[in-house]
Amino acid sequence: MLVEAQTSDMLLPIPVAAARPQAALAPREESPAVRLALTAVALAFLGLFIVLPLVVVFSEALQKGAAFYFSAFAEPAATAAIRLTLLTAAIAVPVNLVFGVTAAWAITKFEFRGKSFLITLIDLPFSVSPVISGLVFVLLFGLQGWLGPWLAENDIKIVFAVPGIVLATIFVTFPFVARELIPLMQEQGTAEEEAAIVLGASGWQTFWRVTLPNIKWGLLYGVLLCNARAMGEFGAVSVVSGHIRGLTNTMPLHIEILYNEYNFAAAFAVASLLALLALVTLVAKSLLELRLDRRKP
Amino acid sequence: MTTARLTWRQPSVIPGFGITLGVTVTWLSLIVLIPLAGLFLKSATLGWGKFFEAITSPRVLAALEISFGIALAAATVNAVFGLIVAWVLVRYDFPGRRVVDAIVDIPFALPTAVAGIALTALYAENGWIGGLLEPLGIRVSFTPLGIFVALIFIGLPFVVRTVQPVLEDLEPEIEEAAASLGATRRQTFLRVILPTLFPALATGYALAFSRAVGEYGSVIFIAGNMPLVSEIAPLLIVIRLNEFAYAEATAIAVAMLIASFALLLAINLLQRWARSRGRG
Repeated sequence: MLVEAQTSDMLLPIPVAAARPQAALAPREESPAVRLALTAVALAFLGLFIVLPLVVVFSEALQKGAAFYFSAFAEPAATAAIRLTLLTAAIAVPVNLVFGVTAAWAITKFEFRGKSFLITLIDLPFSVSPVISGLVFVLLFGLQGWLGPWLAENDIKIVFAVPGIVLATIFVTFPFVARELIPLMQEQGTAEEEAAIVLGASGWQTFWRVTLPNIKWGLLYGVLLCNARAMGEFGAVSVVSGHIRGLTNTMPLHIEILYNEYNFAAAFAVASLLALLALVTLVAKSLLELRLDRRKP
Repeated sequence: MTTARLTWRQPSVIPGFGITLGVTVTWLSLIVLIPLAGLFLKSATLGWGKFFEAITSPRVLAALEISFGIALAAATVNAVFGLIVAWVLVRYDFPGRRVVDAIVDIPFALPTAVAGIALTALYAENGWIGGLLEPLGIRVSFTPLGIFVALIFIGLPFVVRTVQPVLEDLEPEIEEAAASLGATRRQTFLRVILPTLFPALATGYALAFSRAVGEYGSVIFIAGNMPLVSEIAPLLIVIRLNEFAYAEATAIAVAMLIASFALLLAINLLQRWARSRGRG
């Protein structure tokens, strides 16, 4: 033990430290005071602006006790809103999943002109206000819209009905899966698929057996984010919904109605359910990130 | 070789190009492009005079100014604090760093309406923060300051998540070279690190800004929505729609889209300029 300690002492880079006694810091480090100050600023900012609002949701929701909290979900309008939100996500997410995989396959497995322009167009819904995302469908399918008169003649309701809500949600969540898959698949290249095809696999076999196992975690990641947005979308859905209680109200719209009726505890109770969904999404996302090891290559 | 160069795509043994690209373009057109084109067509039927009249009414101008002005201010705050947060997350190790890293994404995952009512409760006169600010004479809820707070909330992760990977990939050699050449830590940061981070910071700024301009859910609860004072442009679109004033709603929407695309283009050009300067 003693001998070992002595030898390791001898191996310590004392000469280097002695050579530059003035440089106590490594060249890439700030002084401890600066580090502490920056960390404190960052944590305080996050605590104040990000964490506190989340804490308030749960604190307000439970203000009137557990009995009141659970009664907020028993109300028929609340259950209808939860059902509609689940239905909307159950349609919008798979649709965007299929589209995202298809688009990513076309964009990453082939070289063609106009590719970056196509990616820009796919990203377009991200830079459009949610309200405008709803407005475009009102202009298209509303009574005064382009297809409105024809739809009215055939007794088809899209806007101010469930199809409009689903359409607006698909629009808003359009880029999520594709955007997650494109960089991932670009990085993976085409060599494995080419090998599979050359060895005689069909296109489908190549996708199911070669591509999908490679992208499954990234795909799940995109689906999670897409689902969180689909269930939580407010602006776009609010414009096309028509706010018919029990029929065209999603959870976020139900929260708005309760809040505007000054039924705060119930509004926060429903909100806490969505906040819980957000937290679950984040935990799953963090676990996936560990799995994907995206951060540290 | 020559023919391959002339065609618009390179040949590949992988099947499915036609069908996947076809489905992608068709679905993209049906869901995104045609509806958006309809918006521009609708505003074109207004004619220039009416369009101009619609977007220059005092209430609309005020709403646009509030939306764009406060979005710019919030994006600026986010650029500064987002950079600090990204820096601390990448460079320093402290207990709970992974959790803090995950917390940054809360505004991405939390539905905007939930954020809206939570911020309102927090900053109301009897709220946790509002109660502290009230004796100081500062009111946040139901004032333009409330809009500012909401837009900071939703924009922060955009800056952090665009700066973070670039900061992680920054080669330690350049900082060591600067230090060994005698630069102080402050000089190294301002002259070496910051210029390298600038394109990413600008991208994050642009994303935070463009999200903030169009933001609706988290703002309307806290804003108070007083016309000319704290009424944002997206809300005015909704109000006009509820009055069945479709033409005016469309005009405001088109003005917003054009203005934010122009700003994004400007930031894009600035970014290209910074990159070419960095290279040269």
